[in-house]
Amino acid sequence: MWYTFLRSILEERVQGMKRYRGTAPAIAITAALALAGCGGSAGKTLNIVGFSVMEQANQKVFDAFEKTDAGSGYTLQGSYGASGTQRDAVIGGQAADEVHLSLEPDVQKLVDAGKVAQDWKDNDTKGICTDSVVVFGVQSGNPKNITTWDDLLQPGVQIVTPDPGSSGSAKWNLLAAYGAYLQETGSASGAEADMKKFMANVVSWPDSGRDATTSFENGTGDVLLSYENEVILARQSGQDIDYVDPPTSLLIENPCAVTVGAPKAASDFLDFQKSAAGQKLYAETGFRPLPGVDVGSVTVEGANDPDNPFPTIEHLLTVDDDFGGWDAANEKYFDDTNGILTKLKADSAQ
Amino acid sequence: MLWFSLLVLIPLAALVVKATGGGLGTFVDVLKGSETRDALWLTVKTSLVVTIVNVVVGTLIAWELVRDRPVAGVGDWVWGKVRVVVDLVIDVPFALPTIVAGLVLLGLYGPHSPIGLHWAPTTQRAILAAIAFVTLPFVVRSVQPVLEELDTDVEDAAASLGANRLTVLRRIVLPALVPAIFAGASMSFARGLSEYGSLVLLSSNSPHRTETVSVRLFSFIEQSDTRSASALATILLIVALLAIVVLDVVQRRVAARG
Repeated sequence: MWYTFLRSILEERVQGMKRYRGTAPAIAITAALALAGCGGSAGKTLNIVGFSVMEQANQKVFDAFEKTDAGSGYTLQGSYGASGTQRDAVIGGQAADEVHLSLEPDVQKLVDAGKVAQDWKDNDTKGICTDSVVVFGVQSGNPKNITTWDDLLQPGVQIVTPDPGSSGSAKWNLLAAYGAYLQETGSASGAEADMKKFMANVVSWPDSGRDATTSFENGTGDVLLSYENEVILARQSGQDIDYVDPPTSLLIENPCAVTVGAPKAASDFLDFQKSAAGQKLYAETGFRPLPGVDVGSVTVEGANDPDNPFPTIEHLLTVDDDFGGWDAANEKYFDDTNGILTKLKADSAQ
Repeated sequence: MLWFSLLVLIPLAALVVKATGGGLGTFVDVLKGSETRDALWLTVKTSLVVTIVNVVVGTLIAWELVRDRPVAGVGDWVWGKVRVVVDLVIDVPFALPTIVAGLVLLGLYGPHSPIGLHWAPTTQRAILAAIAFVTLPFVVRSVQPVLEELDTDVEDAAASLGANRLTVLRRIVLPALVPAIFAGASMSFARGLSEYGSLVLLSSNSPHRTETVSVRLFSFIEQSDTRSASALATILLIVALLAIVVLDVVQRRVAARG
């Protein structure tokens, strides 16, 4: 009796951790092993640890890199999960040559743990590998005609956004909302009042961005706050949902870094990710190309207009310019006890 | 015993050490958070209700599987087949990866519900349904083998001595089943406490309303607050222990009285 009970708890825990590691990487690994076997090369492995959204996007980038001169002879192996979980796994000793996480503070924690060099941000993109923006996912045909942040505050509008406690992507979403309301009302108190209404309209706080999308696809809510690339990917996978680029949004910047002691091929891969070729492949799965990288014309299936997939956002906020960087933003808005948004969320249900 | 130690005792000891490393203060801090308290209460409350339901329904299902023919007039052959199918299907909620269970239940109780029950993801009833779903097999599976072993001769003897069916059930059958029922109940309760996977999609995680303790735990882990996480896990462990001890005591009482 005891044993069964404890076993069920342990199993549960393990399942929670492994949930995201689906069959895709397993297939990729098998395929890669098969290829390596045919080629007869020694087959060195590069371990890439990414946050969950990168799983589908990385398939093509891995393949393309393995065909370059720098990448020949290497097999890339991806591990995916929630950004914070991946961060802790790497600190705990999981093999990682490059990390690609959702939030800068997650990489900073790896710096603190000695896994990533201090100067990881000293490059053209300040350590950023992929960009996206916060958008409104809406149910097919946008039945509630949601186009602006004000529409989200109307009585009866149901919002789905992941829980900022457990999910990195939720922080992007809530900051975007706060920034938009700050801009509209022109004062912190006004923004907080609007955020209060916003929180009251949230019907579901799933534990990750991916679960939020799944929940929304199954009919929960009228608006899904999400990454543009996440919604485009869902549409590419045949999901019947629409999305709206709001007039004000936040630039989502996902950091990447090589780990201490990683082979040169790891930084070659990182450079490839940021190159025009790499960014074009990412763009095809819905990421906005990094500023200054010209990917030429790219057709993105699943975008509202596949030939003009990334329309300019009227007011595009950034964490650095509008919120004083992640350190300041985390403390001010998401501190576990005193964060403005943490408190508003905790009060929202009472 | 070595296997048991490696698998269970060492991780548990590590957990408790980690949690107590911060002193009693960590526990107090964790319980001070009203969000955590509400999550804990919701989880305990729901698991209790589900366990009570499982005790009744699970025992009935086991009975149906082993003994009864529910509808008079149905041929032995048909009932035999039905029994085989039910016997197979009963384990599915346990065997299914819980995230899949969550997805299935969201389809059933969610906004697109084909049966018109729009419980998920905003009501506590959805959580109740999910926990009931994944814990159903526990009581059934612990009662069923005991019932199969139970000799009907004693019941027949009691009946021939003038006991009516209810008396037979109360004095002969139930006392034999009580240990199994309670063993199933404690597994069902413990599993309810720790349920995570199926709730990920089914519950809206709204603070104070539909956030369960396992989800709260996950938040602590994601925020690298491992100390609070282990403290909360230890509290959960104590609640489970307490429940098992209480159930055990009650079971002994009941058995002694029977």
